[in-house]
Amino acid sequence: MKYSAASVITAFIVAFSGMISVSEAQIAVKGETVYTMNGSAISDGVVLIDDGKIEEVGSASDISIPSGYDVHEAKVVTPGMIDAHSVVGLAGYYNQEHDQDQLETSNAVQPELRAIDSYNAREFLVTYLNNKGITTIHTGHGPGAVISGQTLIVKTTGDTVDESLIEPSKMLAMTLGSGIRRNFSSPGTRSKAVAVLRQELIKAKEYAEKRAAGEEQSRNLKTEVLADLLDGEITALVTAHTAHDIVTALRVQEEFGFGMVLDGAAEAYLVIDEIKEAGVPVIIHPPMIRPSGEAKNASMETAAVLVDAGIPVAFQSGYEGYVPKSRIARYEAAIAAANGLGFDGAMYALTMGAAEILGIADRVGSLEEGKDADVVLFDGDPFEYLTSVQAVIVNGEVTFTNE
Amino acid sequence: MKQLLQWGLVLLVVLGTSQLHAQEQAHVFEGAQIIPITGDPIENGVLVVQDGSIVAVGEAGDVRIPRNAVRVDAAGKVIMPGLVDTHSHIGEGDGGDGSSSLHPDVRIMDTIDPKSGTFRKAVSGGITAVNIMPGSGLLMSGQTVYVKPKPANTIEEMLIMVDEENNIYGGLKMANGTNPLRSNGTPGTRAKSAAMVREMFVKAQEYKQKIEDAEGDQEKMPSRDLQMETLVEVLEGKRIVHNHTHRHDDILTAIRLSEEFGYRLVLQHVSEGWRVADEIAEAGAQASIIALDSPGGKLEAINLLNINGRELERAGVDVAFHTDDPIVDSRFYLRSAALGVQEGMSRQRALEALTISGARMMDIEDRVGSLEPGKDADFIILSGDPFSVYTHVEQTWIEGEKVYDRSNPEDKEYATGGYEIFRAASHNHVHE
Repeated sequence: MKYSAASVITAFIVAFSGMISVSEAQIAVKGETVYTMNGSAISDGVVLIDDGKIEEVGSASDISIPSGYDVHEAKVVTPGMIDAHSVVGLAGYYNQEHDQDQLETSNAVQPELRAIDSYNAREFLVTYLNNKGITTIHTGHGPGAVISGQTLIVKTTGDTVDESLIEPSKMLAMTLGSGIRRNFSSPGTRSKAVAVLRQELIKAKEYAEKRAAGEEQSRNLKTEVLADLLDGEITALVTAHTAHDIVTALRVQEEFGFGMVLDGAAEAYLVIDEIKEAGVPVIIHPPMIRPSGEAKNASMETAAVLVDAGIPVAFQSGYEGYVPKSRIARYEAAIAAANGLGFDGAMYALTMGAAEILGIADRVGSLEEGKDADVVLFDGDPFEYLTSVQAVIVNGEVTFTNE
Repeated sequence: MKQLLQWGLVLLVVLGTSQLHAQEQAHVFEGAQIIPITGDPIENGVLVVQDGSIVAVGEAGDVRIPRNAVRVDAAGKVIMPGLVDTHSHIGEGDGGDGSSSLHPDVRIMDTIDPKSGTFRKAVSGGITAVNIMPGSGLLMSGQTVYVKPKPANTIEEMLIMVDEENNIYGGLKMANGTNPLRSNGTPGTRAKSAAMVREMFVKAQEYKQKIEDAEGDQEKMPSRDLQMETLVEVLEGKRIVHNHTHRHDDILTAIRLSEEFGYRLVLQHVSEGWRVADEIAEAGAQASIIALDSPGGKLEAINLLNINGRELERAGVDVAFHTDDPIVDSRFYLRSAALGVQEGMSRQRALEALTISGARMMDIEDRVGSLEPGKDADFIILSGDPFSVYTHVEQTWIEGEKVYDRSNPEDKEYATGGYEIFRAASHNHVHE
């Protein structure tokens, strides 16, 4: 199913919602096991959905389903899953020049590039991820530049970026390591890249100080965003795989004091204490990442090692330059679950853990009253290879069913 | 003194050999669920191996346990044949170069590093037989090699000999579609690609005729030509063509050429096989497929969907899986078949597609691909259902020798990955 009648209707409703008041579908989801991610799982649970939000969650014995509710049943029910770092929507599945906007190579430092200006809500892979149970993605500019641009957070539904949007500008995608020199003649070394980054941040510090003091200065889109970073308006998403690149990222972060999330972190297991001390969460590389290049020392057990150390972790589809054009965060979490993290740890990182790292836990990540009605229905353990998605609900609308 | 030293050497060699190969003592694995592939699963199974071969497979009580056998309690485990990977790029080998697009003379066997960590990675994923191929950037990139990824110093020790008399231990890699096309060179189009391959086979037919006309008279034999010799093996059905192909029309072109010249064809990738499944079945071609987590990334493979296994099965095509490592990592080979089952392939056919079907595509089904008396003792011990994400390959055995044991931390790192386990070098795969 590509674009369902439901999503067309949604678009229609959204277009006219200013004029008429439309009551959205009321849905009851019954699950043999409901993982709310807010307390322990409920057996024989019910999730009531009204007007795009979760109305009530509880045991079937405590909740009577009001008449008129569309009832869906499943073995396993979970919150909508979160892909904490993707490039899907900027990178499309054709992998041709016209649908590859995740990396601009005219300049290695371009914080001014906004993901919202290039996100394609109708990208096939967005729908594909939705149909696999991924309802929220943090996506945008990819790794490969010192600063490649901004990221945004969207739901995997909607026909335009504005319909999909949760956060228009969430993080600044930065990269440390040898990956930069494949795309730019300069910086051609690790140390030059860090020098360039620090110089830009020093400039931004002055800009931020003037801005705070209300002093006049000419607008500079690039510096403005970096000033936002220093002011805590936006977070740094730093892709670093080797232990020395991770430590360098922490060093720069400490010097300038900005909010940071580590991304990739193939060798994180070598510098656990340093990461923990810095209080930085990690969006771990896909556990199925190919062991080559900067990530050649990646381990499927790293997610477990990080969680054991008390470091917040989320999963990602990452960036793929070839086939498959996107990974699926749920499939990646499954591999971590089977390699030391266990079901509960992996499910948490894929839902509530990711929502917390992305700062959107007030809206998504768990099945709780008042949150967005993003729900996934499975015919078994969501991590098992043989399990299928039965239905996906986003903002109270059924976006996929396997019927 | 010199003589003593020599004797010492002989003794060392003998000892070393006996450790590496023939295990005199029988090993008996008891209590596991055994999936023989060619028979029904056995719940409380017994597997007896000795001297590198399978001696017996059956239900507890029905199998005679040899005296002095080493008895292994495998209760709670699942034992199945070692996996057969019909298309991989492990071993860090190469193939034909850019000087032309047709290299039937080139052998990847001459370039493989037997010590490559990729072999240890493969056994950690349960793979015990593999067709290692040169890439797909050329119409004919060279001869493939069938190997067992067992510890060895030379590639010769790893070979799976198909035809001892003719020294054949591999197939011929061919490719069509966009990969072999050159933007400023030859072939520049699909039609030219087909014409070049046909021209080559016409030459080979003539060469073959000259050999036949010579009737054994050395004087009348054509002068040796490595390219022609390989293609004659193909024409005689001794060497199988493994043809990389994605789009439905390219699949049919590959079939058309194989029928014109009468060679045996394994379609590799066959991404749009589901669109022409009946045509593939009718031609009797075999299909080796890959499972991926999403479509996209390569234009001509944009319709590669995991329903491929189900649709080819429905049409009655002999279908196997492959990793195309590094496209799918060897450690996720079982997972590939599970993804096929998730999309509707039957469990039995999916298990066959990991084992005996692949063996048939390499002419090695008399030695590997199922657990039957007389076959090579190549098997894996799993912690549970082969299609569960929580299942791990616990042990891999090749010819009666344990080549991987997850309980050994050094082995396990090849399964999970870790610091300095895999070196940076990997097959350059931009054209696959």
